Amino acid sequence: MKRKASGSLALVQRLALAPYSAWSVLFIVVPLIFVAYYAFTDLQFHFTTENITRFFTATSVVTDESGTREVHTYLLIFMRSLKLAVISTVICLIFGYPFAYLISKASERTQSILITLIMIPMWMNFLIRTYAWMTILQDTGIFNGFLSLLGLGRIHIIGTESAVVIGMVYDYFPYMILPIYSVMAKMDVKLIEAARDLGCNGAGVLRRVIWPLSLPGVISGVTMVLIPSISTFYISQKLGNGKFYLIGDAIEGQYTANNLHFAAAIAFILMVILLFGMAFMQRFANKRAAV
Amino acid sequence: MKTASRIYTALVMIFLFAPIAILLVFSFNESKSLSVFSGFSFHWYRELFRDSETLGAVRNTLVLAVSAALISTVMGTAAAVGIHKLKNRYLRAAMDTVTNIPMINPDIITGISLMLMFVFVGRLFGAATSLNFATMLIAHITFCLPYVILQVLPKLQQMDKSLPEAAMDLGCTPMRAFLKVEIPEILPGIVTGLIMAFTLSLDDFVISYFTSGNGFQTLPIRIYNMTKKTVTPKMYALATIIFFVILFLLLLSNLVDEETAQAVRAAREKKNARKKG
Amino acid sequence: MKKILTALLAAVMLLSLCALAGCGSSKTLTLNVYNWGEYISDGSEDSLDTIKAFESWYEETYGEKIKVNYTTYASNEDMYAKLSSGAVSYDVIIPSDYMIARMKDEGMLLELDFANIPNYQYIDESFRGLYYDPDDTYTVPYTYGVVGVIYNANVVDENDVGDWDLMWNDKYAGEILQFNNSRDAFATAMYKLGIDVNTTDKAEWDRALAELKTQSPLVKSYVMDEIYNMMESGEAAIGAYYAGDYFTMLDAQADGVDLRFYYPERTNYFVDAMCIPSCCQHKELAEIFINYMLSEEPAIANAEYIYYASPNSLVYESEEYQEELGEEAMEILYPGIENFSELYNAYAYQNLDSEMLDYVNTLWESLKIA
Repeated sequence: MKRKASGSLALVQRLALAPYSAWSVLFIVVPLIFVAYYAFTDLQFHFTTENITRFFTATSVVTDESGTREVHTYLLIFMRSLKLAVISTVICLIFGYPFAYLISKASERTQSILITLIMIPMWMNFLIRTYAWMTILQDTGIFNGFLSLLGLGRIHIIGTESAVVIGMVYDYFPYMILPIYSVMAKMDVKLIEAARDLGCNGAGVLRRVIWPLSLPGVISGVTMVLIPSISTFYISQKLGNGKFYLIGDAIEGQYTANNLHFAAAIAFILMVILLFGMAFMQRFANKRAAV
Repeated sequence: MKTASRIYTALVMIFLFAPIAILLVFSFNESKSLSVFSGFSFHWYRELFRDSETLGAVRNTLVLAVSAALISTVMGTAAAVGIHKLKNRYLRAAMDTVTNIPMINPDIITGISLMLMFVFVGRLFGAATSLNFATMLIAHITFCLPYVILQVLPKLQQMDKSLPEAAMDLGCTPMRAFLKVEIPEILPGIVTGLIMAFTLSLDDFVISYFTSGNGFQTLPIRIYNMTKKTVTPKMYALATIIFFVILFLLLLSNLVDEETAQAVRAAREKKNARKKG
Repeated sequence: MKKILTALLAAVMLLSLCALAGCGSSKTLTLNVYNWGEYISDGSEDSLDTIKAFESWYEETYGEKIKVNYTTYASNEDMYAKLSSGAVSYDVIIPSDYMIARMKDEGMLLELDFANIPNYQYIDESFRGLYYDPDDTYTVPYTYGVVGVIYNANVVDENDVGDWDLMWNDKYAGEILQFNNSRDAFATAMYKLGIDVNTTDKAEWDRALAELKTQSPLVKSYVMDEIYNMMESGEAAIGAYYAGDYFTMLDAQADGVDLRFYYPERTNYFVDAMCIPSCCQHKELAEIFINYMLSEEPAIANAEYIYYASPNSLVYESEEYQEELGEEAMEILYPGIENFSELYNAYAYQNLDSEMLDYVNTLWESLKIA
């Protein structure tokens, strides 16, 4: 009797997975096939690799301080996006990691307050928040007004790489803190105490115990910051004074120029690079964890 | 050390709330400018409540976020339970990979991919409108699902396996054991998942941008579409109101938390006393 | 915290479901209107809420309830991308001239039945037979305008003012704003060089690109709506934008900023017109809507709200309207309506074929990555 009942429960539990399986095939896997399909076809839906080769071969002439030269348009755009995204991610990690640690060490009540405080800005639309940053960072903005009040003179931020990075760090900072915090909150305090007892100093505990244990959180935090910042197209337009054309801008630009197939091709290439990058990172993390 | 961490926390909070302060201040601006403060007035709040299109967009945003959060929480929790019970290693790995895809894929790709599919399928069936509320809802559920699953799954793994078994030994039917024992155990994960899904859906612009269609416009899209004309301080007023609503809820919940915490403490003391006795 | 949030979510959910059910159950007519953001009088500043007014006017006149489903887009291109995908269905759209030409060529517009739009008589003769609709079969003009240069007189020397050269003047490096959309940005260079903005000669576009590249070190920012904040606060001193928007900036300028405006000799003339796309499901209703938008009260309300010039004589001849705008604004917004069609046909954007568009887009990208 009991076995039969638990058998039916197992069935129910297996069936519980059915809607999600169907959903993920229909709305996750199939759409990606569509991206590939559009990426490899022309307007008449005939097979072509032209969109893909265009990404790697299109060139334009650029003149800057170091003279005039020919560059690969989309490779340059991609590298620039990657660079800004990596900088933002590193900054988020450097400032977010200790903060997540601080939160996890606070009393339970303070923890929930701090976590909620971190999430509050996300409830106000990010377009509006980015707009407010423009008001702060402008040459005649709040920040510079503050500086000159202190007699420190003005600095030019808006329209520079720093402004774009500030915008990205601001918008995605919570995504770094939350996963690291949730791993740290679960960390066994006894392990740290044991390490101390065994003669580890503060740095040693951090390096040998806390960091390895928090690695899964770090990995998901890095993913959750890197991915959106590599593909953003609003922050770069607003805070970069329209001078930072990133890969997200390129995709959006091709979409509005009604070049759906090329937009899909850029998206496809970006996706492949990211999937491989993340798989590599995961493997690296697993190895580290195994050691 | 204590002061150092206090200062650090304060600095982070200043960084996080600086733009919010700007929104707050300029929502009371007299003129239309978002960078020149000319005088204090409630003008934009009056305007906001008169603007039926914006209020409609707020309603749409909430309807979408709540529906997406609820559906993805139910489906995601069920999925987490199913994944947790999966014994086949390869199936498990496949599910994990699929779950990870929307998180590893940038919004812009998720948005474009869904849009391409909806448009293609819509054309296939000759539908007059293939982008509408339903497609936006599907898109939002899709990107919320992994976050729910990743919140619930760890709670299932942490749960003591003997708990439901004990319940069944005591005569519970398996279904009842699941509802009465397992669900309460993983409830914190479910609630966190729900809140995360709601937050993500509320804040999303990119995916909505590609999948929005007929007559259903959310707030982020309405704001983005103001790009030929100026974004009015009305939007700042709206953000300020949202801020105070959350703040109010926060204070309220703090009071309630305090009460529950006291109740829990009292119960624990009672139990301990009984043990000793 | 979580309990309360959950309770709140549940409450909002219930309410919203009721709201949705409410929409679904009552059998009202719906009219889907797709327009630029902030491009219709919405009831702010005690103005007329045009959409609401239409709904109640319709119910009074025809005894039937109607719901206008009003959605917005950020650019002609965004609108075109949605419509051409075939994924949406709208009854009335308000694109700009060159986009109208393109949509007409691609069979995306329906001919209007002017019997349902008697108010069309108030549209000035100058706005009939324009290149994008030579026989006046598809469109009813909504607004028109001219691109001009706005500058801060406290920074810019009056002697430097005039024509497009001001936007290339290296005395004002870091003070100049350029359009952040390819068509308008290229046009400034092309008008400056005297190139036809509709040329299909790629070498001419290359020349315009070279001109934009020499300008780019001087450019503070490539902007759309950001221009308002930047000009108002004195963050930048020179920028080109659509005439009516200058007055919005003027209203909000900071102390120490003195904004002025002029038209370069060759510049862009544009018309945004109401059309009915081929995906329309209530054509007659759409025509009634268009006709209503031409009637006096809503037309004036819209013109006052948008601050662009109106081709509707009920508007620009109205004393109330002229008073509301003031002499200076009237002068700038309505510079010689008599020879409008001549200037318009000479300088307006026309549709470029997709190969040219792709080429221009590539040039634009190469400007932006520099």
